[in-house]
Amino acid sequence: MSRPGGGHGPGGHGFQKPKNLGSTVKKLMAYIGRYKAALVLVALCLVVSSAGSIAGSYLMKPVINDYILPGDFKGLLRMLILMGAIYGLSALCSFAYARIMVHISQKTVAQLRQDLFDKLQSLPLKYFDTHQSGDLMSRFTNDIDTVSEMINNSFASLISSSLTFIGVIAMMFYLNWILTLISVVFLFLMLMVVKTIGGKSRVSYKRQQGALGAVNGYVEEMIEGQKVIKVFNHEKKARESFDVLNTEYRDAATMANTYAFSMMPAMGNLSKIDYAVTCCVGGLLAIGGMFDIGGLAAYLTYVKQFSQPITQISQQVNTILAAVAGAERIFDVMEAQPESDEGKTVLVRVRKEGETLTETDVRTGHWAWKKPDGRLTELRGDVRFDHVVFGYNEDKVVLNDISLFAKPGQKIAFVGSTGAGKTTITNLINRFYDIQSGTITYDGINVQEIAKESLRRSLGVVLQDTHLFTGTVADNIRYGRLNATDEEVEAAAKLANADAFIRHLPNGYQTQLKGDGGNLSQGERQLLAIARAAVSDPPVLILDEATSSIDTRTEKLIEKGMDSLMEDRTVFVIAHRLSTVRNAKAILVLENGSIIERGDHLQLIEEKGRYYQLYTGQAELN
Amino acid sequence: MLKKLAPYTKGYRKWILLGVLCSVGEAVFELLLPLVMADIVDVGIANGDRAYILSKGAEMIAMSLVALFMGVCAAGLASKAGMGFGANLRKAEYDHVQEFSFSNIEKFSTASLITRLTNDVNATQMTLMMGMRIIVRAPVMMITALVLAITISLRLSRVFLVAIPLLLVAVGFVIKKVGPMFTTLQERTDDVNLVVQEDLSAIRVVKSYVRENREKEKFSQRNSRLKAASEKAFGFVVLNMPLMMLVIFGTIIAVMWIGGHQVYAGIMGSGELISFFTYVTEILISLLMVSMVMMMLTRSIACGRRIVEVLDEKPEITDEQANPALVVADGSVTFDHVYFKYNKKTDAWNLEDINLSIRSGMTVGVIGGTGSAKTTLVSLIPRLYEATEGAVYVGGHNVKEYTMEHLRDACAMVLQKNTLFSGTIRENLRWGNEHATDEEIAAACRAACADEFIDKMPEGYDTHIEQGGTNVSGGQKPRLCIARAILRNPKVLILDDSTSAVDTATDARIRRAFAEDLKDTTKIIIAQRIASVCEADLIVVMDDGRIAGAGTHEELMKTNEIYRDVYQSQLEGVSIDG
Repeated sequence: MSRPGGGHGPGGHGFQKPKNLGSTVKKLMAYIGRYKAALVLVALCLVVSSAGSIAGSYLMKPVINDYILPGDFKGLLRMLILMGAIYGLSALCSFAYARIMVHISQKTVAQLRQDLFDKLQSLPLKYFDTHQSGDLMSRFTNDIDTVSEMINNSFASLISSSLTFIGVIAMMFYLNWILTLISVVFLFLMLMVVKTIGGKSRVSYKRQQGALGAVNGYVEEMIEGQKVIKVFNHEKKARESFDVLNTEYRDAATMANTYAFSMMPAMGNLSKIDYAVTCCVGGLLAIGGMFDIGGLAAYLTYVKQFSQPITQISQQVNTILAAVAGAERIFDVMEAQPESDEGKTVLVRVRKEGETLTETDVRTGHWAWKKPDGRLTELRGDVRFDHVVFGYNEDKVVLNDISLFAKPGQKIAFVGSTGAGKTTITNLINRFYDIQSGTITYDGINVQEIAKESLRRSLGVVLQDTHLFTGTVADNIRYGRLNATDEEVEAAAKLANADAFIRHLPNGYQTQLKGDGGNLSQGERQLLAIARAAVSDPPVLILDEATSSIDTRTEKLIEKGMDSLMEDRTVFVIAHRLSTVRNAKAILVLENGSIIERGDHLQLIEEKGRYYQLYTGQAELN
Repeated sequence: MLKKLAPYTKGYRKWILLGVLCSVGEAVFELLLPLVMADIVDVGIANGDRAYILSKGAEMIAMSLVALFMGVCAAGLASKAGMGFGANLRKAEYDHVQEFSFSNIEKFSTASLITRLTNDVNATQMTLMMGMRIIVRAPVMMITALVLAITISLRLSRVFLVAIPLLLVAVGFVIKKVGPMFTTLQERTDDVNLVVQEDLSAIRVVKSYVRENREKEKFSQRNSRLKAASEKAFGFVVLNMPLMMLVIFGTIIAVMWIGGHQVYAGIMGSGELISFFTYVTEILISLLMVSMVMMMLTRSIACGRRIVEVLDEKPEITDEQANPALVVADGSVTFDHVYFKYNKKTDAWNLEDINLSIRSGMTVGVIGGTGSAKTTLVSLIPRLYEATEGAVYVGGHNVKEYTMEHLRDACAMVLQKNTLFSGTIRENLRWGNEHATDEEIAAACRAACADEFIDKMPEGYDTHIEQGGTNVSGGQKPRLCIARAILRNPKVLILDDSTSAVDTATDARIRRAFAEDLKDTTKIIIAQRIASVCEADLIVVMDDGRIAGAGTHEELMKTNEIYRDVYQSQLEGVSIDG
């Protein structure tokens, strides 16, 4: 088994080959290598335990030849005590190394998991746009599991198998070289079996995995669309296509598993034939006086031990390859480019006396930007776009030459059809994405010079899709400001008109939300998101379709709350209900990534452009 | 549970039987070897009889060859039986799910049904396959070895009276202790995965509120707890192996001591002593295998139970009372004192005393706030749910009198959360009518205003749609779904809030097309926008599961406060999109 790529055998593990074996193993070793002292101890224990079990078997020879056959029972007792001691030590050592390996592997895996999670938090949104969350999730589950499995089992098992194998061969040779030659012939036979069955197994396993993927994919798609199937009476068709895939998988799997499961009986019984030949030849040798009964007994024990390491190693190689492939996917994430943050200007609380600002830790309601040289500029909420060009991909421009400004305290609204670029603009203010050209300034400072953390802390965002976390309702609102008191949380909920429905929940504010708040309606979830933004009390607010799932009657009810939330703040509003944006200071109409109209409601109506058309769409109704 | 799963081995029973026989044969032949070996030592070597040794040797080789052959056969047969059983089970479960009504599907949830059809079936078929080898082999090995050991020496076999209970107690102790540890481990793993899952979907919220460090902290706490649990559980599991080693080694030493005396006294041959050692190892290792299989079984029993749950689920809605010859004659719909609730155990009704009469060919608008049960109301028409009390009539007959196939052929519904399937646009549209000609497809797309964007696509109707329709926009998807429904040429067409994501102008054009092309079809339209329904022949205003008012726009403006409210709130703004 010199070639690590020649993995095969039963167990049904993946045959995914890692792309870059060497460097991935190196990185993995760097993790495990932190426990050098423990690893040395493991190696020591492995040697002792393997040597112990080999020596124990060898002792059979003197026990039978020198004590049992001559009837020296005093000596026999001594020998048995020695054997007991050796076996005991061997068992103790094998427990010790296994226990230490558990410790090492669990610590390593926990570290790996933490590093992976921490890394995830630092990645830019672009990464999440281009990687499916199911795929990322499987790195935390499947991939980490295979790595854990490998460190836990394969590592020690590989070493101990190799040690045992070498030790057994050596002892066999020492006991009788003629018999050893026979065993070596069988060794080659076994390796050939491993190679042929393994090769076939690999090919058919690939076919099986393909067929399994097809069945599972089909089941997933059909079950997800089950209601549509019912509505369209499509059950019969759905069954027919399923039958084809199911049968195909059955045939492929039968083939693959036949190969995989033939390995064990084939190897085991080859070793039995070796056992039979050894008995026969050993007997003949014994008659010829070239061997003895005790030696034969010990040798036969070794023959039984001899095939185990080969089967084990061939099994472990698969586990290891799968684990390295998993580790590779984990390191792929860890090596992804993190969100860049070269900004040095930070957000600080200030006390304002006249025009002079002094930094403070107390909540004063005033904030300032602190430049790297220590100068303070008051946060006012003045946001400007100057000839901004942006595309999610370099070659596809989404925003084309956008210039706009929002003066402190102004409400700016974006209107336009889906895909016009409304959400994109707000994603640029908080630097979820970086622009290709032009500049965005915040109180006169280029946003690229502001530390991202500070920038985002100054902006409250209510997104179109509300995400809630497992925890209580109060916890979810408090996500906006972690040290908010219960009173502040309730006040925020009242502001968002969420207080009433929260009080109707089984445990009020302490009701546990599960599964992204699945038991709340879309509208209720949005009210919670608004409350969350309210409690965070940010100087600048971005509302991205924040009320889209709230019906028009309820929206009227929360209007007052929303108005007080928006008071004295710079607010960016995206809405496709024009009633939400009518009172904005400036309304920007976007189309295909460009601003085609701007002005307040009355101006735009007078202009009789696109906004007017939209508005007259309603007028027709009357 | 086994009784419930057993029928699905149909067609593979002879393979199972043959496979088990092969496994037994393999085990027996393997174990006979040491007995022959003892003869070689005690007779052949002792008497210096070369011919005897050679003939016995040939016997042993023949036996191992038979064992080899049987072993490989057993592997093949086990695969055939296991995978065949899996395929049967998967098919039965899948076919059964096809019979499910909406409430059955909701009871299990989509994700759970998928797991039960994929992972659970795979685990169960694996168990049968592995089980055929290990579960059969281990006890056979153990019993055969025990019998052979006893034939060699009854006195010496008494060591097993100590060794077997000792090993059983040791292994039992480990398994018993480890069970709850693994439960804890699973819970904590779920905890960790939950954080990852939530953060992956809510990454924008995390970043907006700059909560990265808090999330890291949260994860770190759960991760440490997981680490502690897994170290504890696995740390305990590793006791298994050394404990077994101690028992085996102890037994071997005891056998040496007692057997040594017997050999010296001439009661027993030295060859027999050597073969006895082999049986000691075989017996104790088989015992360990059995205990490991037990651990594996507990896991697949859980999977099997989850499958049986699906198989046992009774489809809520059946064709029992249906007349197979009856077809829907026209598109009239009547609700007669209809009451409905999703959960039979709760007191509150989701729909309460609904009375409604719709003439064939009418256009009906349904309007009302979130949670007012608009969708529930229309779902009763194609019998997606069954009225708890009262009756729903379509074409003059109670919906129960039609087969579901006939009823749903006549009542096409465009669901709120609609699904497109992977395949071309044309294939998706043909769901509506398998035999639709290209002209019919184009006409339906024109009526649904879907032709304008399909024609712009480079491959037109042959454009490939990804699973779940992820590559068409939010405004395009509902239009394709509407076209698909129109192709059914239904008597009743139901749109559940299908045009909210479509801009007002297109919405108006679709309504105009409906009025012209689908004159004889009853059109029931749920909408958010007053504009979508105000021209309807009848507008139904829903409020908290009841009909709060029904009539034309003018009538409702006069009489219905809720309707006026909704109208007022929308008057001030216009909805746009597209």
